[in-house]
Amino acid sequence: MRIEARPTPSPTMRYLSPLLALGLTLITGAAIFSALGKAPLASLHAFFIEPVSTVYGLSELFVKVTPLLLCATGLTLCFRAKVWNIGAEGQFVFGALIAGAVSLQLADHQGFWVLPVVIASGVLAGMAWAGIAALLLTRFRAHEILTTIMLNYIAIQLLLWSVHGPLKSPSGYNFPESELFSPQTLLPTLWGQYRVTIAIFIALLMLAVVWTVLNRTLLGYQTRVMGENRQAARFAGFNGNRLIWVLLLFSGGMAGMAGVSEVNGPVGQLTTNLALGYGYTAIIIVFMGRMHPLGVLLASLLLGLTYLGGENAQMTLGLPKSITGVFQGLLLFFLLACDFLISHRIVLTPMRGHRPSNTSTREVTSS
Amino acid sequence: MVSFMGATASRRLELVGITKAYPGCIANDRVEMTVKPGEIHALVGENGAGKSTLMKIIYGVVKPDAGQLIWNDRETLIEGPAHARRLGMGMVFQHFSLFQTLTVTENIALYLPRQEYGSLRRLRDRILSVGEAYGLDINPDRHVHTLSVGEQQRVEIVRCLLQEIQLLILDEPTAVLTPGEVTHLVKVLKQLASEGCSILFISHKLEEVRTLCDRATILRGGRVTGSCTPAETTSEQISRMMLGDDLHIEKSMGVGAPGDDSLSLEGVSVSPGGAFAIALHSIDLTLRAGEITGIAGVAGNGQDELVDLINGELAPDAGKLLLDGRDMTAEGVLARRRAGLATVHADRLGRGSIGAMSLTENRLLTAYVTDSDAHGFLHWRPLTERTRELIQNYQVKASGPDDTAASLSGGNLQKFIIGREIAQAPKVLVCFYPTWGVDVGSANRIHVELARLRDEGTAILILTEDLDELYLLCDRVGAICGGQLSPLKPGHEVSMETLGQWMAGTFSAPQTQGVQNAH
Repeated sequence: MRIEARPTPSPTMRYLSPLLALGLTLITGAAIFSALGKAPLASLHAFFIEPVSTVYGLSELFVKVTPLLLCATGLTLCFRAKVWNIGAEGQFVFGALIAGAVSLQLADHQGFWVLPVVIASGVLAGMAWAGIAALLLTRFRAHEILTTIMLNYIAIQLLLWSVHGPLKSPSGYNFPESELFSPQTLLPTLWGQYRVTIAIFIALLMLAVVWTVLNRTLLGYQTRVMGENRQAARFAGFNGNRLIWVLLLFSGGMAGMAGVSEVNGPVGQLTTNLALGYGYTAIIIVFMGRMHPLGVLLASLLLGLTYLGGENAQMTLGLPKSITGVFQGLLLFFLLACDFLISHRIVLTPMRGHRPSNTSTREVTSS
Repeated sequence: MVSFMGATASRRLELVGITKAYPGCIANDRVEMTVKPGEIHALVGENGAGKSTLMKIIYGVVKPDAGQLIWNDRETLIEGPAHARRLGMGMVFQHFSLFQTLTVTENIALYLPRQEYGSLRRLRDRILSVGEAYGLDINPDRHVHTLSVGEQQRVEIVRCLLQEIQLLILDEPTAVLTPGEVTHLVKVLKQLASEGCSILFISHKLEEVRTLCDRATILRGGRVTGSCTPAETTSEQISRMMLGDDLHIEKSMGVGAPGDDSLSLEGVSVSPGGAFAIALHSIDLTLRAGEITGIAGVAGNGQDELVDLINGELAPDAGKLLLDGRDMTAEGVLARRRAGLATVHADRLGRGSIGAMSLTENRLLTAYVTDSDAHGFLHWRPLTERTRELIQNYQVKASGPDDTAASLSGGNLQKFIIGREIAQAPKVLVCFYPTWGVDVGSANRIHVELARLRDEGTAILILTEDLDELYLLCDRVGAICGGQLSPLKPGHEVSMETLGQWMAGTFSAPQTQGVQNAH
C-alpha cells in the first residue's frame, strides 16, 4: 500500500471527505466513551440522538445553529477569497457587547425603532471590529490571521471589563452580569415557549444572499478569482484592497449579528461567559461545508448538535462539558486528514516478490 | 556528470504500443518510438497531438493504459518522477515547476535527495560550476519570482544537469531564448549527446529540429504519423506529417497604415521593485493606431516591468503615460482597460487565466469590464454562449465552455486568451510572447488575427524573443536591454545584426554600420 498524488484533485473526495471524517469521529468517539467506562453506543445515542428526539430539543438545536450559521455565512465569503478571518469570535463578542450596551441604554424606550437600532448597533460593532483587521491588512500588510486572533482576546477582555465595571447590574449582588434587557429590545421568538428567535430567518436569508453573490454576481466572481490566484486578479484589475474591505466588513457584520442573536435572544443580558467559541466553531463549519452555502447549512446543524450533545452528556452520562470540544476537535482533525485524499490517493500494490512480472525491471528478449 | 551505466544499451528508450485515453479523447494511440544513446530525438506535433502526455508517460507522471516502456533494454514500469529520476531521466516542463518564493539553490535542493547535495553551500557551488560549464548563467541566490521566464528555464535545465543523466526531456526548450541563447543551448545539448546522454526534444521550430536533431518522430491526433531523419527531410514534408495535407500557412501579414498616436510613454522611469528586478530608464515609446510595434530582447531585461507598467500594475516614478491623448499615468488596470487597453501576459496560467476555473469564467477575467450588468450581476447563459463562440472562432481545441483552463494545452490556451482580448476590440493591445509554446498552425492563426486587428486600426505592441515573428509582423522594431529601449525603426531598415546589437545594449547601431562601411 502506498500513497501517490492524484493527477487532478478528486471532486468526489471533496464531498466524501466530510462524511468520512464524521464516520471516523463517531468511531473514535465510541472508543473514547468506552475508555471512560460508558457503553459506547448508548453514549453516542445520548450525544447525537437524544438531544433532538423532542420538539423542544429540535428547537434548542436551532437556538445553537442561529449564531453558528450567522458567523459561518460571513466566513464562507471571506474564505472563498482566502481572506482568513479567524476573528468571528471577537466580532461576535464585540457585537454582543455593543448591542447589549445599547439595549441597556434603551431599556426605558418603547417603539418599533428600538429593536432595529439594537440590531444595527451590533452589526456595526462587528463590522468595526473586523474593520480594524481590514485596515491593518490593507494599509500595513499585517496578516489577517494574526490580527483577527489578537482582536478576539481584546474583545473578550473588553466584555469582561464591562460586566465587571460600567455595565454591572446594581441589583445583581455584585455578580459580573448586566441587568436583564427590557422585552422590547429582545428578538421575538418564533412560537410558544421555545427560545428560537427570528434571527434564524435572518441567517437563512443571508445564506441565500451569499449563494447569490458567489454564483450570480461580479463581486462573487472576483472573490473566487482572488481565492484561486491573486496575481491573476491583480492583472485583471480587480481592486484587491476594496474586496478585502468588503469581505471583512461583511463577515464582521454577520458575526456581530450573531452576537445580537445570542445576547438579545436566549441569553437576554451581558454575562462573562458569552464567548462559547461560536466564532471558532464557525470556521470548522465552513471547512466541513466545503465553503458551499448548502454544505455550510448542513455542517452548522451537525456542529450545533455537538453543543447540545455535550450538554446532554453532562447531564445523563456525567461527563464534563468539554466533551463538546473533544468532538469538534476530532471532527476538524479527521476532516483535515481526509482532505489529504482529495489531492492524494492510496494505491493498493501487490506484495513484492510474489509476482515477478510486476516488479519494476525485467529482462526482455531483444526483438 | 554523465553516467555511462547505460552506455552499452543499444536502445536508451523504446516505447511499444503506448496508449493513454482520457475521458473524451485518446491522447496516445499505440505510440512506437525508439531513442538511441547519445541521440537527439525530436518529438514534433500540433498542440493536442499528445506530445506532452507522451513525455509525462515517459517521465512517470502519467500511467499509460497499455503498452511497454523499455529503458536501456529492460522493460520498466516507471513508478513516478522520482523513480524516473533515479533511472537517469531529467525533464524540463513547459510550465516550470519552481517555487516562486524560494531561491534558485533552495528550489534545486527541494528536487534532490538530501544525501545527494549535502549542504546548500555545496549545492550552490555545484550550480555555479555546472552553469559555468554549460554557459547557463544563473545567480543561485536570486528568488525565482524575480527571474524572467527564460531565466527560470535555465534553472530547470541546470537542475537536470546536476544529476547523473542519461535522458534529458525538454518541452519546447528554445521557445523563450534569443538566437544567441539558442545557439548556446544547442551547444549544451550537443555536448551532452556526445557524452552519451540522449535528448528528447519537443519543438515547433522545424528549422531548428532539422539542424539539431538526429531523428524525429511526428505525432498527429495521438498517433505516430511518421518518423524521419530531419536533416534529409524538408520542413514542408515534416509540416505535412504534422498537420495533414490540408493546412494552409499564411506567409505574408501585410503592412500597417500608421494613424494617430494611441499609447505614448514619455520619459517613463521605474526603480526596481524587488531586489533583483530591472529598472526602466526613461522609456519613450509611441504606439500608433493600425501599426504593429515589436520589441525584441533577452528575457529579464525589463520586459516584465514594461508590461506591468503599461497594464497599470506598476506605477512609474517619473514620466507620463498617455492613452488616446489622455494622461492615464495615475490610473489603474481597470481604468486603462475601460479606455481600450488590453494585455496578453506571457504568464498564461499564472496571470492570464485561472487553471481550476472554466473557460467561461476565464473569459470573464478580462471581459468582466463589459460583461456584467449595471448592478454587478452576471448572466451565465449569454456568457457561456459568447465563450462557445470564442472557442469556435479561434479553433480552440476544447470540449466546451465548461472545460477548465488547466485542461487545455499551452497553444490552445493562448489562442483562447488572445481571442478573448481581440473580441473586446481594444484600441491598444500589448502581447507579451504571443506565440510562446504554440505550434505552427496555431501561431500562424494568431499572427493572422493580430494582422487583422491591426488593419482594423488597433495599435499593437509585441514583446517577443522570436525574431522571425518580429520581422514577419512588425512595422517598427526595436529592442530592450537592461531596462533601456533602443530606437524603433521600420523593420526593413534594421538588419538582424543591428537588432542583435540592440538586444546586447549597443544602441548606436546605424553609425556603427557607417563606420564599418568606411573601413
